Order: sequence, then structure tokens, then C-alpha cells
Amino acid sequence: MKSITKQKPFDEVKQQLDKLERIYIVGCGTCATMTRTGGREEVLDMKEHLQELGKLITGWTVIPTACDEMTEVAIGENDGAIHNANCILVMACALGVHRVSLYISKPVIPALDTLFIGIEESPGNFHEVCAQCGQCVLGETAGICPLTACHKGLLNGPCGGTDNGKCEVDKEKDCAWTLIYQRLEEQGRLDLMRKYHPPKNYQVTPRPKITKLVIDKE
Amino acid sequence: MVSKFKQGLDSDKFVVTSEVAPPKGTNIESMLHHVDLLKDKVDALNVTDHQSSVMRFPSIGGCLTIQERGGEPILQMTCRDRNRLALQAELLLAYTRGITNVLCLTGDAVPVGDHKEAKGVFDLDSVQLLSTIRQMESGKDLGGNDLDGAVEFCTGAIVTPEARPIEPQLIKFEKKVKAGAEFFQTQAIYDLDNFAKFMQYARQFPVKILAGIVLLSSARMAKYMTENVPGIFVPQYLIDELASAPKGEALSKGIEIAGRMIATLKKEAVCDGVHIMAIGREEVVPDILAVAGL
Repeated sequence: MKSITKQKPFDEVKQQLDKLERIYIVGCGTCATMTRTGGREEVLDMKEHLQELGKLITGWTVIPTACDEMTEVAIGENDGAIHNANCILVMACALGVHRVSLYISKPVIPALDTLFIGIEESPGNFHEVCAQCGQCVLGETAGICPLTACHKGLLNGPCGGTDNGKCEVDKEKDCAWTLIYQRLEEQGRLDLMRKYHPPKNYQVTPRPKITKLVIDKE
Repeated sequence: MVSKFKQGLDSDKFVVTSEVAPPKGTNIESMLHHVDLLKDKVDALNVTDHQSSVMRFPSIGGCLTIQERGGEPILQMTCRDRNRLALQAELLLAYTRGITNVLCLTGDAVPVGDHKEAKGVFDLDSVQLLSTIRQMESGKDLGGNDLDGAVEFCTGAIVTPEARPIEPQLIKFEKKVKAGAEFFQTQAIYDLDNFAKFMQYARQFPVKILAGIVLLSSARMAKYMTENVPGIFVPQYLIDELASAPKGEALSKGIEIAGRMIATLKKEAVCDGVHIMAIGREEVVPDILAVAGL
């Protein structure tokens, strides 16, 4: 699983940092490094750009995995430089921003936009494959999620906008239902496509989604 | 209460429907004009629902207007802009006002329209909307709660006989039939041989099929549609025929082609009727009907 991000336009970063002159920058060594949006190189680039604007960079770090609880330790180790800053600029996904803000009472500013949780299908090509709906239908759709891969999230087959296996919103995008049809046909399981899917339950886990792990101790 | 349109579908009559598009704004003059022009010439008039995801006066408003002027409306309902509560509520309103023909559609995608940043809803899809109507007819809403006063609708859906590949569309067509669709208005068809093949397949189901007739106003438009609109194929001989029309007469040629196709469909009893979409040229629909001998 990877959290896929893109860098915010620099003007937006600048706007968020208005009146915040002393900045500490946090990058992430996992997803944001892989997507080249918040790794060491990008953090140093950002540092340089902000210095050109006359900002003071009190320090920077690339936390191994910004979203996990070890972030608290990493923040503690850089306490001095963080103390000298008016704000923290986080070059990680929103999970990292959230995690950092748990430990620091100063303003925590995101430098990235979080796009989706996805996989790298081929080098440099990231795809959203799961919408985390809480009620998986992959067993009936040949492993392709229509809720995610179909632009409209349709559960009962393709819309009339599909053409030659492509989607009406983008001729580069595959029509999820054409793919599902092809795979089910290969598997001899087209009966699954004929099955009526009732309206989706959007309250399997009402938002905000929270679950608690229950561990049975014998 | 069985609608006039439904009575027509159930008879042996060759049913003719057309459509009006509500305005973008409060000036409804042109829509009123089209309603008055067409209401007595066709069996029913569809009112489009934010067609092509372009924000407009609502479909239900257009249907009320048709009703007031003595016409027979077909309410087009897409799933793009309303969740299941809003869709059901609108069906309740429609029924109480005597609007009892509904065409259930998924709806075009938001990004093709003029509010590209809007959130597409798609809480239900077209099959689920059809099924919802059947459930409401049994006196229950989608939440399983009793309705104080049920509904009764003549429900329709759409199908694309020229879709490539066709098989997934046919599976969905069958799901729509099972979910309760009584009639289908097809996407535009021009290749009558291919349409006849589709009809041979569709005839095994207890539904009425109205062939979609979209007026071709020029060779350029025909070429554009066949190249860019999903599910539309205009054979080259029709494009050539339009191109051969003397300057300024391409529209007349398009009217002739549409009328000729309708006449053939009727004469050869290929399908149960036609749905004429003139897309901005509603004033020539009577001319098309005249050429068709209707």
C-alpha cells in the first residue's frame, strides 16, 4: 500500500507560509520518497526555494515513515530546531501531516496533496485500486473494483459512455466494466455480471471510520 | 392510473416520442414554444435532466409545464446529481402531479459538463433506480419504511445498440429488463441492418423498443458524432449523402434521412416506435414526421 501524493503548487505553499518566517521541514522516507514528492532531494529543493524567499530554515529531517508512531521519537530528537521554528512544513502525505501534528502544537503545514492510496502497476505508474468502502466486491468482479476503477463507481455494469473499452471521461482510461467483462468471460463466470447488485451500503463503517483491534488472549 | 403513453405502448400503435431541453436560465419561452409545437404531434415528450452534465432548469419543471399545457411528459432522471433520498422524493412529487412516465439513466459524467468541479453522486445506478421504483410501488421506500401513499410509474431505460463491445451492454440491458424497465429508448441508430440484428435479440424480452433518431444537420456533424460520441456510428453512405446536398440544404437532407429511417422502421415493423432527438432544432420535428408519413 502506498500513499500517492503530488507537490502543491509552490504559490500555494508560499501562501500558507505567509507571516511564518522560521520553518522546519519534515520529509518522509517511504511513500513520498518513492513518488519523489517528499524525499531527501525534494526536501533540500524546498529548503533552497524557501531560502530564496528570505525564509529561515531552522532545520530539516526525513522521517523513515512519517505516518507511524516512531515519528514522535524523530520529532523529539530535533526538538531544538523545531523549537526555533514558527511552523513545520510537512512533505509527506496527509497521514504524515496528521501524525506530526499530534506531537507538535505549532502550525503544521502540508506541502503535498494526497491523491489516493494505490499501487505502482509499473515503474512510475500509480493506480488507485481500492476505495476502502468496507464491503469488498472483488470476489464478484474478477479482482477489479468497479467502485474505484469506474469513474461513476457503477455496480451493475458499464454506462453508455464507454467506447472501445475506454472511459467517457478520458480516452486513455480503461472502462472498468469492459475489463471486468473480459476477465469474467475468460473465467467462465459471466453469471456474476448478470447478478443484480443492490444499492451500496455507505454506512458499513460510518465516517469517520474507526475500528478497534480485538485480540483474544487464550 | 395507466398513463396515456403506457396505453400507447401496450397497443399495436407505432409510438413516437421526442424531447425538449429545458433552458439555462429562467427564460422558458423557447421550451414552451417547443412543447406547444410538439405535444399533439407525438405520444410523449421527454424532458432532459441536465443533459451532458450542463446545469439547467430541472427536468421535473419541464414535465410540469408539459402537463399544464396538456401534453404527456416523460421524466428523465439521472443518478448523477441526487442521492437515493432526493431521487425518491422527486418520484413522490412527480406522481402526485400526474407525471407517471420515468426514464431511468445513470447520467453523463460530471467532467463532460459545465460544472467540472462538482461532486458526482451516483449513489444509485440506472438498474438500482428502476428497482427502487418497483419497491416504491409496493408501498415501501428504499429504507424499507412504509410509504403513506404509494406510486405507480411506467418505467423506461436506455440501451446502446452500437456499443463496442456490445456484450457488456446487453448484459446490462437484461438487468434493466429484470429490474422492471417496460420500454427502452435507444441511443441514436443509423445502421438499420445492425439495429435489426439488435431487435432480433431484444424481441425475446417483454419490453417495447423505441429507436433513437438523432437529426443529422450536416456532414460535419455526422462525422463528428461517429468519431467522438460513444455508441454512435453513422455509416459513410449517410455522411456522403449529407455532403452531396446543395449548399444550405444539408439540414433538409438530414430531415429527409431521419424521416426515411422512421418510415422504414415503421413499414417493416422493426421496432415499436421511435424517439426523435432534434438537439436544438426541435422546430423541424414536425417536418421529420411529415417525411415519415406520420
